[in-house]
Amino acid sequence: MVMVNLIVILLIGGLLAMLSERLGENVPRGIALTVILVDIAYLLSELTGLSAITQLQAPLPSDPSTWLMHFQAQWIPSFGISIELALDGISLLMVLLTLVLGAIAVSASWTDVMTQRGFFEANLLWTLAGVLGVFMALDLFLFFLFWEVMLIPMYFMIAIWGHENRGYAAMKFFIFTQASGLLMLVATLALVKVNHSATGDWSFSYFDLLGTPMVEQTAYWLMLGFFIAFVVKLPAFPFHTWLPDAHTQAPTAGSVILAGILLKTGAYGLIRFAVPLFPEAAMDFSLTAMTLGVAGIIYGAVLAFAQTDFKRLVAYSSVSHMGFVILGVYAWNELALQGAVMQMVAHGFSTAALFMIAGALQERLHTRDMREMGGLWQQMPRMGAVTMFFVVASLGLPGLGNFVAEFLVLLGLFQVNPWITVLAALGLIVGAIYSLILIQRSFQGEFNTSLKSHSLTDFASREMLTMAVMMVSLIVLGLYPQPVLDIAQPVLNSLLELTSAEIMP
Amino acid sequence: MNSSQLMALMPILTLSLTAIVLMIQASIKRDQTVAWWITAAGFLLSIWAAGYARQFNQSVTVLLEVDDWGLFFSSLILFASLVSLILCRESFSREGERKEEYYLLLVLSVLGAVVLVQSSHMVSLLLGMELMGVALYGMIAFPERGELPLEAAIKYLVLSACASAMLLFGFALVYAATGDLTYAGIGAAAGTAYAQEPLVLMAGSAMILAGLGFKLSVVPFHMWTPDVYQGAPTPVTVFLATVSKGAVFVALSRFYLAAELYQYSTLILALSLVAVTSMLFGNWLALQQDNIKRLLAYSSIAHFGYLLLALIAMSYAQTMTEAQLIGEAVTFYLTAYILTTLAAFAVVTHLSGEDEKSLSINAFDGLFWRQPLQACGMSVALLSFAGIPLTAGFIGKFYLINVAIQSQLWALMAALVVGSAIGIYYYLRFIFAMSKTSAMTANDSSPSIIGAQDVLTLLLLVLVIMLGSWPQPFIDFAGRL
Repeated sequence: MVMVNLIVILLIGGLLAMLSERLGENVPRGIALTVILVDIAYLLSELTGLSAITQLQAPLPSDPSTWLMHFQAQWIPSFGISIELALDGISLLMVLLTLVLGAIAVSASWTDVMTQRGFFEANLLWTLAGVLGVFMALDLFLFFLFWEVMLIPMYFMIAIWGHENRGYAAMKFFIFTQASGLLMLVATLALVKVNHSATGDWSFSYFDLLGTPMVEQTAYWLMLGFFIAFVVKLPAFPFHTWLPDAHTQAPTAGSVILAGILLKTGAYGLIRFAVPLFPEAAMDFSLTAMTLGVAGIIYGAVLAFAQTDFKRLVAYSSVSHMGFVILGVYAWNELALQGAVMQMVAHGFSTAALFMIAGALQERLHTRDMREMGGLWQQMPRMGAVTMFFVVASLGLPGLGNFVAEFLVLLGLFQVNPWITVLAALGLIVGAIYSLILIQRSFQGEFNTSLKSHSLTDFASREMLTMAVMMVSLIVLGLYPQPVLDIAQPVLNSLLELTSAEIMP
Repeated sequence: MNSSQLMALMPILTLSLTAIVLMIQASIKRDQTVAWWITAAGFLLSIWAAGYARQFNQSVTVLLEVDDWGLFFSSLILFASLVSLILCRESFSREGERKEEYYLLLVLSVLGAVVLVQSSHMVSLLLGMELMGVALYGMIAFPERGELPLEAAIKYLVLSACASAMLLFGFALVYAATGDLTYAGIGAAAGTAYAQEPLVLMAGSAMILAGLGFKLSVVPFHMWTPDVYQGAPTPVTVFLATVSKGAVFVALSRFYLAAELYQYSTLILALSLVAVTSMLFGNWLALQQDNIKRLLAYSSIAHFGYLLLALIAMSYAQTMTEAQLIGEAVTFYLTAYILTTLAAFAVVTHLSGEDEKSLSINAFDGLFWRQPLQACGMSVALLSFAGIPLTAGFIGKFYLINVAIQSQLWALMAALVVGSAIGIYYYLRFIFAMSKTSAMTANDSSPSIIGAQDVLTLLLLVLVIMLGSWPQPFIDFAGRL
């Protein structure tokens, strides 16, 4: 029930936030923040009752009782659809990331969103609820449901509170994910049908569908259905074109959620569903997938380099960073997978922070164009220093979380395919270039005097506090990543065992 | 004819009675309000009668087959007519015209639709369809204003006449080939007839399908749809989109299944082409529309394309359970479609009345901030059309994809996926328009009195969401039909 409560708390909180608008301007935000913090506290308090996280038993994919938490209730029995939620190490990490970034997003919306505040916070909380559902659902129907439904509040966030070109961006975002989602639905139903003809039972449960015997050809097509849905969301080259638009046009809080959390649902889907459900097909496909990943790393980095729009640059850098996740997943060994999980967490923080900075700049300068910036460090030293920190984090400075992630991915990948590793490492160099360009154009150099007329106030305590949370997280992840690795490790091990058992019976 | 047969015909009888009472009432004292209440009472009574008649399931003469499936759709049709009636009150009462005859036409048209869904014989099929159609011409042209309704009525009249002529010629050919006019009789005799005279039987069936296709407005028989949807008064458009199309589809399924038309690969090929082109063209043409009624017209073309998929799948069904799934799919999708259409049009009627300008997309700007309930109703309806989870339309689509996978109709499914992807765009455009904040004005907030209209929208909204998020009871129900 804990998992259901987590989601329900957010849903009800959203409703409260929406209705509370008439009580006062700041009430919705206060409620939203409280609800998220309550959710985190509730989750942590429930976790303490469970066996220590560092000594997690490896959850067996075939046996729900070995998972941290498991919940099942009938929903549409005539198709074997149930409300089945489960939590293991990876889900737990993702759920925590979602909630923490959710709180950060609320903070980001503090001064950014001025109209319809209640409805905005409601949409934010509902998106979070949907994402939590995605990370915990183990019934494929339920998973699909959360996958699609979380888009609707996100769509509203972009379409109502976005920037100048919001209509186009929101539409593109929705259509891309929705259309690819349809492919996943078809693949899911086909998988269920294959399982149905083998066993005679309808079931959408992950546990029943794992290891469904099927013809190689079928497995390949079905795997592709899932793969496309997930890499569109991730996004990987060449399905990434919705991302720069959506991220750039979304309000700051929306960008934080999009880049920090929503992209991770794609990565999570690959690790949880696309590979384990069709191990053989996925391994046959791994070279293509890795090529796409490497193409994404380099292409994203080169395009980021060419941007003049602060937010767009960060958006393209996401495409580049997410390429590492694909590489990590499709290398499919422990090191690389650990790296992928680490990247999901670290990238969540570093990009969320950069988007918040972009939002803060836009609020002050009313532009995101870096050609009109320059020398801002003198005016806003705190903001400059913070930006510097996250820029070097994102380019992979040792000692910060992103470095650990990318290093692990490259290390794991090297055992599988040295050439791709070499190419991927090239991406790091371009990454350094565009990251430094970003800071140079905006904060360093000569001060652009035409900006004098704007009120260039530095980060206040609320913003510094938010940033500090993310900075501390990245430093901890960089210096002492072991706890995160420990949480993910048993899950990854059991997944690796599962697939190796299926590939070589 | 014994008493249990009369009982089985209860819904038809109550409707006929309503028509008679209306005529008497009109001759005594002309009063629109009284006529409205009589009609409403008649519909409610008939809905009850449709439930009551379930105990007396049987064939009544060779003409009518009273079974659970037909009775369920009769009640659904009656419900849709009731909604249309409530909407009439809203949009017609604004003018001081005499409307008593309109209610009479409405009742007669519903009577035709109910006969249609229970038909098991060519004659009752034709009878039901003509009764429904002829009354509809009157309803479309009823408003004494503007040229659009008149144009729409003429267009519908001419094309319907063509369709009926085709239908009749088809009947004649099929009769010539099989020597029977009952669906079951045709099914029994068709095998030998096909062996002897394949061409006559095929040509006949194809003409019948074409005639019915006109009423369903599937491509290439769709030309009239947008103009008639746009020209007709909105409550009549609702009626046309739900009652008329729904009843014809049920009749088509009955004929198709009982006469076992799914055995013939030529017909299946033709139907597949019709289905694919309907899905693609319907969605494609809807992209260009700024008028909500025209948009819904094109989208309904696509939806009937989707529905045809289920009928086509019948030819690949091997076991009873597979056929059962197809039956459930048709029932579910059609129900979801009817409820969703009702919800969408309920909002459209409320917003626009008959003003041409207020049907365009610009009239929807910022609706969320002006009339949140109506905007929610419209959004849920559009999302349901688009097939987003938690709405009825999604479960319907879920069923259709299931059916397509079961029968391995990959090409049709590809068309469905492409069509749905296109569809998302034009449905979202309206949702986007409704969420525009720029159109927010302070004095525009509507009066907070909750009218009958709001209750209706809320009811339909809840039904669409209920059917989508907790479908099990209805699935059980549909499985028993």
